[in-house]
Amino acid sequence: MSLFEVTYKPFGERSILIEWPQIISENVLKSVLSYKRKLENFKFKEKVYIKSAYNSILITYDAYIDNFYDKIQELKQLYLVDRKVIKSTFKLWKIPVCYDLEFGIDLEEISNINNIEIPEIIRLHTNIKYRIFFLGFLPGFLYLGGLDKQLHFSRKTTPRLNVESGSVAIGGLQTGIYPANSPGGWNIIGKTPINFFDLIQQEPCFATAGDKIQFVSVSRDDYNVIFKKVDDSTYFLESEVIYD
Amino acid sequence: MIKVLHPGFYTTIQDLGRKDHQHLGVPISGVMDLDALKMANAILGNDDDCAVLEITMVGPKLEFTCDTVVSITGANLSPSLNGIETTNYVAINVYKGDVLSFGKLKNGLRTYLAVVGGFKTELVLNSRSMYKGLTQAFQLQKGDKLKISPKKNSSSKYASIKPNVDYFDNEIISVYKGPEFERLNTVQVDTLFSQEFTVSKDNNRMAYQLKELVLNDLDGIITSLVLPGTVQLTPSGKLIILMRDCQTTGGYPRVLQLKETSINTLAQKFTGNKVKFGLIS
Repeated sequence: MSLFEVTYKPFGERSILIEWPQIISENVLKSVLSYKRKLENFKFKEKVYIKSAYNSILITYDAYIDNFYDKIQELKQLYLVDRKVIKSTFKLWKIPVCYDLEFGIDLEEISNINNIEIPEIIRLHTNIKYRIFFLGFLPGFLYLGGLDKQLHFSRKTTPRLNVESGSVAIGGLQTGIYPANSPGGWNIIGKTPINFFDLIQQEPCFATAGDKIQFVSVSRDDYNVIFKKVDDSTYFLESEVIYD
Repeated sequence: MIKVLHPGFYTTIQDLGRKDHQHLGVPISGVMDLDALKMANAILGNDDDCAVLEITMVGPKLEFTCDTVVSITGANLSPSLNGIETTNYVAINVYKGDVLSFGKLKNGLRTYLAVVGGFKTELVLNSRSMYKGLTQAFQLQKGDKLKISPKKNSSSKYASIKPNVDYFDNEIISVYKGPEFERLNTVQVDTLFSQEFTVSKDNNRMAYQLKELVLNDLDGIITSLVLPGTVQLTPSGKLIILMRDCQTTGGYPRVLQLKETSINTLAQKFTGNKVKFGLIS
């Protein structure tokens, strides 16, 4: 894997921002996640908190940083010295979605304006394996890459005051799932019974940056059945290991 | 236990927040004025991570159903115990049946109430900080019963702390350069550091917006990572200072980053207050 040029900047008194070139791509993401894993496995002398986005990592130290230069040298070493890519295994998660008009309240508008039949919207939306770039915005909200161009659709000029948890939506060039009830300006095309942020679980969100998501169209009846199983914690979410 | 007779305007339980779950998009949360929390807990000999009440502008009315010791720090909200005036920054013995209430706001915006051993309310992802969507309750309601630790019998000694509340009047918000600072032109930099800014009415636990605009021609950035204290510049020229409940990521240029103690200073400001940015070299 090619090594990208990365920059290091102090960010406040105890954080360092590591940045890749200003592009959104899977190659950048792979580099980000590989470095992130190195950082997570490195024995720092103190507790650190690491989070990543499209083309950046923010590492926050528990204590104030006396000498940014030394800390950055340490990080640079880690990026450069160990060129061996840590082979990560990611998962592909199959997410059931009901695209009935009852849930997909913006399907007709998208169909009219983009001039695509609704079954074709569903086919295109379920056809792609979307890469999770990172989590943000709301607890358990996945930033997904890969939405088909034909489904790109501007956000609403006035956001809805409440979008229900589980709503599957399109906003601009992106698709996503609302993990909680929230105000939101994305166009709603369906609903999943899957809980993306479950406080009962040891790890509240099953998915992680680097994993992929594929939506699977289910009937209204199946939605109800799955919803009940999720509620009883008896639903087994289908997934497979991927290596790319 | 503490019975909430009246919740006040906006009162929440807060502690040091949830630093461990940012990678899942969980805001850090925690007290707005970290100094005030530390002092409130120190007075009682509590650890820093003991949960406290964060009181905003108008105080609650609280009845104690057990003996305990409390301390009040931060903004002076004219506290009184059973109708008798009491003071901030000391340990106050409280007995079963006592009623703590507050009056006029004399300085600052946020007052903190600590109890010996801390509040023992709902714990979510290792923090008791209330946050809508994560915790069942997201602000105190009339009739709530707040669990607290039973008072220890030992005759503990409590610290008295010389309050340092100079920061309430401090107009200067100390900042570092943010990741996109170098993209600003000299006029913008000049405006940032010469102009006095006013706290707009849009100020809350998530962010403080400033009234005066900074002419902006910067492109947005690819959604990246932000922190409490990050100052964002929006396309319309608005400055948004992120606070403790902020999201973990954002797409506006991050032009400045507040010194951590300046976050505490800002947390005591409210609508109409003036601030000036001072660059730390």
